[in-house]
Amino acid sequence: MALRKPPLREAHAERGATFTEFGGWDMPVEFDSIRAEHTAVREAAGIFDVSHMGQVEVTGPDSETLMQRLTSNDVSALAPGDAQYGVITDEDGIILDDTVTYCLPESHPADYLFVPNAGHDEQMHRRWTTYRDDHGLDAVVENATDDTAMFAVQGPDAVDLAVDAFGGMLRDLSRFEATLATLREAECLVARTGYTGEDGVEVVCPAGAAEAVYEAFDAAEPCGLGARDTLRIEAGLLLSGQDFDPDENPRTPYEAGLGWTVKLDTEFVGRDALEAVEAAGIDEKFVGFRLLDRGVPRHGYDIVNRDGTIVGEVTSGTMSPTLGEPIGMGYVPTQYADPGTVVRVVVRGQQKRARVQPLPFLDQ
Amino acid sequence: MTFDVPDDCRYLETHEWAREQDGTVRVGISDFAQDELGDVVFVELPTEGDELAAEDAFGVVESIKAVSDLYSPVSGTVTAVNEALFDEPELVNQDPFGDGWMVELDAADPGEMDDLLSAEEYREQTG
Repeated sequence: MALRKPPLREAHAERGATFTEFGGWDMPVEFDSIRAEHTAVREAAGIFDVSHMGQVEVTGPDSETLMQRLTSNDVSALAPGDAQYGVITDEDGIILDDTVTYCLPESHPADYLFVPNAGHDEQMHRRWTTYRDDHGLDAVVENATDDTAMFAVQGPDAVDLAVDAFGGMLRDLSRFEATLATLREAECLVARTGYTGEDGVEVVCPAGAAEAVYEAFDAAEPCGLGARDTLRIEAGLLLSGQDFDPDENPRTPYEAGLGWTVKLDTEFVGRDALEAVEAAGIDEKFVGFRLLDRGVPRHGYDIVNRDGTIVGEVTSGTMSPTLGEPIGMGYVPTQYADPGTVVRVVVRGQQKRARVQPLPFLDQ
Repeated sequence: MTFDVPDDCRYLETHEWAREQDGTVRVGISDFAQDELGDVVFVELPTEGDELAAEDAFGVVESIKAVSDLYSPVSGTVTAVNEALFDEPELVNQDPFGDGWMVELDAADPGEMDDLLSAEEYREQTG
């Protein structure tokens, strides 16, 4: 199957990017070096092409009801211009994907935008339309992924750069707020959100405006998915399809440490199952850890206890560029989940001691 | 981009180099290999006295994005290990043929060096 391409695929190649397949997309993984890109985001600003993220718009009299029924958080609490993180669960309360829901500013033609992960847009579009039809709701659901570009500009200087690009009103944007802004006649949605643990904005624009938006941030370091991964791990943020996955690693939001996105006083698919999980308590929990011995924890490595019995698996890990220490995350039985607990990660047959610690790894 | 391929080394198809100096064979990975890997963050090496056979996996080099085995160009006994790489693995990126070397071997069969790629042959492979 041919890979999907972001609008700036060739422009990235000309800038010297190397590419990787991710969620069915051909995306830049590295421009200069992952470490240099990572450091730029922590110390100044970097720009990521995240056009592989899905963009699904929901409009109509029942748009709020539809969003409320299919995401775990309380969409009714959103005013126009608010954004909210939530998870999409099945009837059993298993996370299918996570998403940011944008209640769009009033001058935007659509009511809501939500952003499923790479390769999930068609599945979620189908889920939304099926639910709408089964429940006789009145809403238009449009998958705008292929007509849309999305960029994340992240780092301590990112908001200043966004002000330079779009104007001073962006300075008043609070965390998880979004506004419409114009750049060379292209209408963009600019939100103070991100996936790096740094301040910054995400910009959603028509595919035809991608070049203009990217060039407006030419003071930011071009960054690829490699740095996006190390940054989000340091920030303790989960990656859909890797830190949870309905097939490979089915998890409830409570296990994943995302219980705060579950509003049991709202009505949504999975609510009843999650109420039962919440009452019964969880057996396993998502934790962060730091290796005490030399080695690098990576996705799929076993976590064992003192006796060598397998108790869990690393879902994400890296050598932290900021801390200079090997860090990882994964699920362990709750008896091993308290900060300070020492478990072991098996690296090529050798047990490396790891100490459980609170997430995020970096103070924010 | 052109990569450094010193003429005084011989090469394995898997991108390790071997250089005879002072009666031992020093081993590392090539400029091409370090560039492919990206930022090296971890190196696992054998200990002095270990016996290696040619093309044995003798260690591991890890970058942020990849894990790669290291293969020994020749057979021999490990006489020195570059322990500086444990604290400064980035030396592999900065100076792959110099301070980024990995092990030194007392070669069991000096004739094995002739089985390796010459600098010219390796340039053709990576060019």
